[in-house]
This record gives sequence, C-alpha cells and structure tokens, in this order.
Amino acid sequence: MAVDQQPEAAKRPIISMVGVAKAYGGAVALENLDLTVFAGEFFTLLGPSGSGKTTTLRLIAGFERPDSGQILLDGTDLAALPPFERPVNTVFQDYALFPHLTLIENVAYGLRARKMPKREAHALAQAALEQVRLGQFGTRKPAQLSGGQRQRVALARAMVNQPRVLLLDEPLGALDLKLRHQMQEELKRLQHESGITFIYVTHDQDEALSMSDRIAVFSQGRIEQVGTPFDLYERPNSAFVADFVGSSNLIGSAHDRLLRPEKIKLLPVPAALPDGHEGQTGVLHQATYLGALTRYIVRLADGTEVQAMEANILPLTDRLRLLPGDRVLAVWPRLAITPVQISTAANIDNQGEVE
Amino acid sequence: MRSNGAVLIWAAVIAILGFLFIPIVIIIAYAFSAAPIPAWPLVGFTTHWFADTWNDDEVREALLLSLEVAGLSTVVAVLLGTLAAMAVARMRSVGRELVSFVLVLPIALPGILTGMALASYFAFWSLNLSFWTIVAGHITFCTVIVYNNVIARLRRLPRSLSEASADLGGNAFLTFRRVMLPMMASAIGAGALLAFALSFDEVIVTTFTAGAQNTLPLWIFGAIRLGQKLPEVNVVVFAIILFTAIPVLLAQKLIGDSGRLGR
Repeated sequence: MAVDQQPEAAKRPIISMVGVAKAYGGAVALENLDLTVFAGEFFTLLGPSGSGKTTTLRLIAGFERPDSGQILLDGTDLAALPPFERPVNTVFQDYALFPHLTLIENVAYGLRARKMPKREAHALAQAALEQVRLGQFGTRKPAQLSGGQRQRVALARAMVNQPRVLLLDEPLGALDLKLRHQMQEELKRLQHESGITFIYVTHDQDEALSMSDRIAVFSQGRIEQVGTPFDLYERPNSAFVADFVGSSNLIGSAHDRLLRPEKIKLLPVPAALPDGHEGQTGVLHQATYLGALTRYIVRLADGTEVQAMEANILPLTDRLRLLPGDRVLAVWPRLAITPVQISTAANIDNQGEVE
Repeated sequence: MRSNGAVLIWAAVIAILGFLFIPIVIIIAYAFSAAPIPAWPLVGFTTHWFADTWNDDEVREALLLSLEVAGLSTVVAVLLGTLAAMAVARMRSVGRELVSFVLVLPIALPGILTGMALASYFAFWSLNLSFWTIVAGHITFCTVIVYNNVIARLRRLPRSLSEASADLGGNAFLTFRRVMLPMMASAIGAGALLAFALSFDEVIVTTFTAGAQNTLPLWIFGAIRLGQKLPEVNVVVFAIILFTAIPVLLAQKLIGDSGRLGR
C-alpha cells in the first residue's frame, strides 16, 4: 500500500477505509478501496469525473452505504450511524445553504440540531461568520450574497460544529480563477487554525498540489497512487498519474521514461551537450507564448514529440527566442528522468492491485 | 406603422378574450338588472337581488355546504397530496413513474366516470349518499392538484438541501420541519387554493355523490332547470366567480413567487 510509504509512525489514522466497494445498479463506482487519512491532514481525493472520489466522500458522510468493506473513524465502525449522527460535516459543491434562513440561522443550524440553546448557538455562529469575514451579514439571506460569500458561509456552517473530519466536495468549482486562489489560501488558513482534518475532493491538479499534505489519485473506482504532492509529481508510479498530475513527456523506445516539460532546455544548434545531460536534436514544431512561460513542442530526431516549458526570464521583445522550424538541441539532466510503469488506466484494471 | 399582420393578431386576441369573458360580464350585469327575468336590454338598476339571495335559506344552506365540502376536501387533499409527493420524490426506481401516473389519473379521467364509479362503489357497500360521500368524491381530484404542485417544487429542490440538514445533525423530523416544509410551503398553499376553487364549483362528480344535499353549483343547476329564482342564480354565479377567481389569483402569485426559491 502506498500509505505505508509514510514513515512517520507518530501519525494517528482518523479515517480508515478497508476493502470498500460500491456499485450503482451495475456500474462499479468503487472497487475494493483501501484508504487511510491521518488526523490533522489536508488530504485530497484527486481524479477525473466518475473516478469515485465523490462517492468516497459521500460514503464517509453517510449519504451512501458501502456494498462491502468497513469505514472507521478513530477506530469506530461508522456503518451503523446515519449521517446526522456522524461527527463529520460536509461543504457541498452547490453550497446547499438553506435559502429561507438567514446566514446566522444557517450557520447555527448544526448547533441547534444538537440542542444548543439559541442564544449560545447564535453567538458561536456569529463568531464563525466573523472568522470567514462575513460578520456583518448575519441577518441576510443566501440569495443576497455572491458566490464566493456563499462558499464561505457553507464553510462556516460546517466548521462551527467542530467536526472530527471536514469533507469538501469540489467547493471551489463554481468560482472564477482569482477568487479560487483566494479561497485556496483561506481554506489552508482555516485548516491550519482549526487543526481539523480536511478531506478535499477536486479534479483540479493545481489545486491538489498547492493545498494538500497528501493526495490520493483516483481512476475508474480505484486509487492509483497516494503520496505527497512532491511524490506524485516527481515520482509518479504510473503513466496515468504522471499525466494527470502535471503534463508529461514519455520518452525512450518503450515510452517508459518520464520527462517533465520544465526540465527540458532547448539550445539553438550547433550546441554541445552539457555535462550530466542527455539530449536529442529536433525541429521546433510549435511555440506558444503564455506570459510567464513559453511552451514549445519539439519533434525529436527519433520521431517523439515532446513538450518543453521555458520560463521567460529575460524580457522578450517582439519575438520569441526560438521560432517554429528552428533546429534545436533538446537537453535535460540525466537525473530528471523518472521511470514509470506503462499502464493506462484501462489495463490497470486487469493487473489487479497496483503496488 | 403597424403591419396588417399585427392588427389581425390583436383583433384575434380581442375576439377570443371577448368570447371567453363577455358571457361572464353579461351574467354580472344581469345580477344588477331590475327585471325579474334575465333579458336584454337591461331595464333599471337594482341591488335587491343580493339581499333576496342572502336571505334565501336554500342558498345559504348550499353555500355553507359548498364551503364545508371545499374546506374539508382541501385539508385532506393537502395531507395526502403532500405526503404522496414527498414519497414519490424520494423514489429512484422505475416504479416512480408508475406511481406518479396512478396518482394523477383521477384528474385525467372524465368527471362522469369518477362520479359513476364512486356512486356504484358507495351503493355496493350500501353507504348512503351524504356530506361524506361528496367530500370523498372531491378528495379524489383535490389531492391530485396538491400533489402536482408539491412534486413540481420538490423536483426543482436540490437533494443537497436535505442532505445538508442531515449532515448538520438534523434527523428526519427536524429536516422536515426546518427545511422541507418551509421549502414546500408556498407550493402547498397554491395547491390548496386551487383545490378549494376546484371543489367549490364542481358539478359532475358532486351530482353522483350528493344525496338530498345541494352544493351551490347543484342549486344553480336545479334552479336553471326549473326556471326558478333566475335573478338569484345570477347573484350566486357572481359570488362563485369571486370565490374561485380569488384563490386562483392568489395561487398564481404563490407559484410565481416560488420561482425565486432555491437560488
């Protein structure tokens, strides 16, 4: 199991899923899933749509029941508990704020459901709203808020209950890019301050890499790899992970050597191969200016097409450093090459357990 | 300048509206006519038919019965229709469409069929036709009205709302009281108003399920057949227009408001 790669024995598992399977009708959503999340972690479930990540979240919340397997929270089996008795809370993708209640009433809902007196519940709700910088909006209804504000109310409404685990289902999906980046920071801050374990579902690899302590990459109802952002990017164990987390070039005759685009340097020919590097000559096929970066596509002498990313360190004038049609020497440090298992998601299914 | 096409369309619109509403206007006008027999042209203006009608015990009894029937049918319909809608909204299987179809069937069936079927059913069990049989008949279609309104609302309500309530520790009862009921309230209200209006002026099913009693529409029917008390009929019709139009307008407003929910 990939989780065993974590050496620190001090970490205490808070959620353990053992052999969990779930199918809807005939369609398999999750296949024999094993997953351990440690207390205090920001843990991300990353994968394309339909890969089983949201199902995993809904199983922990209790909205779905597993066909087989166990889900433990702090060592206690959750199977017998309905959602309203589980010490976890969810931030829904569509926020699911109650439109007829004010923000204070929304945030106090969970406390009131647990029989906290109204005055006390509203005071805590007010404090939670202030923590997400919406303190002055307590008497408003959700319809009077912007998307980003609703998102923060949903967060406050879940966190005010001090859940053992906070489940977040693509919570930033509906926001524009700038707001997303702000909210990513805010989520990290809230997680850090509260010490609550976050389990975060997303299909956005940048979001996963920038926010997570560890990431589980899902594909077709299975976990492909679990690891830190660093592990997944630098040492992906399959071509699928290499390609889903970041962009990847697979080179070599067997296409089993991973070379990240930013590790390739393009030199105008003639040029000598620098020490510790390997390389190939090729023809520049495409050059795209992206602002901070320029993306090149090079057709190498052996016929492989590779993508190279170059930071635009010097100010560019009116033309790129290299233009399509130029002959180049593409070089990369030998150490930049990572061998990967060549296995598409489809034939992983036939291989049984992924190591 | 308007094109000929636009003029034609407006003419058609006015003609159709006239066709629909002129008879109603004439009846209302007759209610104020001094002549003892409704006839054109109107001779003189009077309001004494209103006093006569109000003091007519038959009319009073019929009005009271109609109000009681409509009121009770609506209450039962609200309960049954709402519960049925919540149950069907929860179903996931193919059974859902079937159950939905069976529930809506009473309103698709001709009233005469429902009426006859009920009459023979009551006869089979030797039940005397009474207030209760009228109410039973009205519940059949009133329930559908409430059901249709509520299920339409529930279909638009994201499932995440009730999940959020459960997630926050709300059991089924709390979720119903604090989330589902408020979300359904205006749909239930609109359904109830429409059901009330429908029950209040129902004739066909009532004909088969009423014994000696007269609801207001049945009294009108009888009076016209016998050619008696025709000025009072005009007054009663005027009253029925108000009794049914007001709930329908209110219901439309409620349904319109609901469009803003869930955002």
